Amino acid sequence: METLVLLLFVFVLAGFLGFELIQKVPSQLHTPLMSGSNAISGITVVGALIACGIGDNSFGQWLGFGAIILATINVVGGYLVTDRMLGMFKKKDK
Amino acid sequence: MEKLIDLAYIVASILFIFGIKMLGRADTARRGNLLSAVGMLIAVVATLFYKEIIDFKWIAAGLAIGAVIGGVWAQRVQMTGMPELVALFNGFGGLASVLVGWAEHEFGHRTDVVTLISIYAAILIGGVTFTGSFIAYLKLAGKMSGRPTLFAGQKAINGLIFAALLILGVYYCIQPVAWVLYAIIVLSLLLGVLGVLPIGGGDMPVVIAFLNSFSGLAGAAAGFVILNKVLIVAGCLVGTSGIILTIIMCKAMNRTFGNVLFGGFGAAGGAAGKAVEGEMKGISVEDAYYVLEAAQNVIFVPGYGMAVAQAQHAVKELGSLLEKNGAEVRYAIHPVAGRMPGHMNVLLAEADVPYEQLCEMDAVNPTISQVDVAIVIGANDVVNPAAADDPSSPIYGMPIINVHEARTVFALKRGKGAGFSGLENALFFRENCRMIYGDAKDTITQLAAQFKSGH
Repeated sequence: METLVLLLFVFVLAGFLGFELIQKVPSQLHTPLMSGSNAISGITVVGALIACGIGDNSFGQWLGFGAIILATINVVGGYLVTDRMLGMFKKKDK
Repeated sequence: MEKLIDLAYIVASILFIFGIKMLGRADTARRGNLLSAVGMLIAVVATLFYKEIIDFKWIAAGLAIGAVIGGVWAQRVQMTGMPELVALFNGFGGLASVLVGWAEHEFGHRTDVVTLISIYAAILIGGVTFTGSFIAYLKLAGKMSGRPTLFAGQKAINGLIFAALLILGVYYCIQPVAWVLYAIIVLSLLLGVLGVLPIGGGDMPVVIAFLNSFSGLAGAAAGFVILNKVLIVAGCLVGTSGIILTIIMCKAMNRTFGNVLFGGFGAAGGAAGKAVEGEMKGISVEDAYYVLEAAQNVIFVPGYGMAVAQAQHAVKELGSLLEKNGAEVRYAIHPVAGRMPGHMNVLLAEADVPYEQLCEMDAVNPTISQVDVAIVIGANDVVNPAAADDPSSPIYGMPIINVHEARTVFALKRGKGAGFSGLENALFFRENCRMIYGDAKDTITQLAAQFKSGH
């Protein structure tokens, strides 16, 4: 129970922090912000690692294995594509 | 060891926070993305030190396969294909959360109510995210009609599925048996499909932002399942940032979120609104060139049509020629132009337009009366003056770029059809508007050729 309260506490604070952080983003950056945060949502990979690493050859481990692949595509692809996009935003060269 | 892992998670969380913050400013965005990637790496490496993890070969295989697929995809994608890719990646994240929740059910380590609720939430939110994103992907990639798909009793069916999911959820928390879980998985996936089907292509910026938020929340729910703080922090950050984007997009269309989700906007062909009087007047490329040649102040207003015609490089070339000719050139971008938030900015940045020239709607509108020529490229509803002056129009009240107040408007359009909303565009009938029919890329290239031969 105590753990739950603590986790809820973390969740709520992170929520407020998120709102504060992203109040004013210029619309030019909306796509990179979205794909960059999308990559962060691949953090589920942590849960997938724990499930897959259990090593008991159970069905659960295989679900974890699938989750690792999917989440890693999300993470690696998301960060790389965001970087590629941001690399194109250039200032006027003088 | 557990303590050290927790410390590493705190570091990762801080990097995510700074990363997101820096993504909000043009000069720091790229470093911000890098910081958050480092945070992710730290979180992954730290996790490998858990004593519960004893089998590394499948982990290594999974990471390698995922990294190769994601990496190749990210390198190969065309910038015009970006909305599809974001939708697809998003869906993968959602499905990963479903699998993590499901795996935890299989292990049955803990069967307290909180864990069961969290498993349920991870599967429900993740499932909706997965299939919802996949339908969005199909619509964006043109593998499926972008028009809203409506059928009789749609809302009733969605309502029933939702109610069934709630009841099954309660049941699962009391009796965590497998068939209930399978039913929840299937119904969640179904809800995602049916939820996005009635939403049209032009509303995709809202849907993508919302699903992005959902994928974060699914991750946070998975965090509650395995009692992991870094999942909760990161998931929640993404969840809120997605919600803010969703709100911004809705405001830019003057619609409520409920209306976007359930409205089936643009399905009926939109007979409402005042009939437009007058006629559309065409202009030849040569005549348009003479007007542009004399113009001192030019804005481009791109829309989804520019992406379809892949015209961004041609547009940039014409823009540079106009600048060489002494005109001030800007690109006026409506927040919902295109199929995802910020879509036009990405395309123009790809074509090397410096970001100082990419102007937001609110920056352009006050100066619009000084604009000699506004060139509208495949944008429609976002420049329809009916939104400003026709209270009977379905889009009345939506903020638009007021190009009708510019001295001259050139509207590049494939044919005489209506926009996404199905409305006739009152702009095209205005006295100061001239239509240039044909493929936008061809037209722009021809205009650029005129400039080159004229000098």
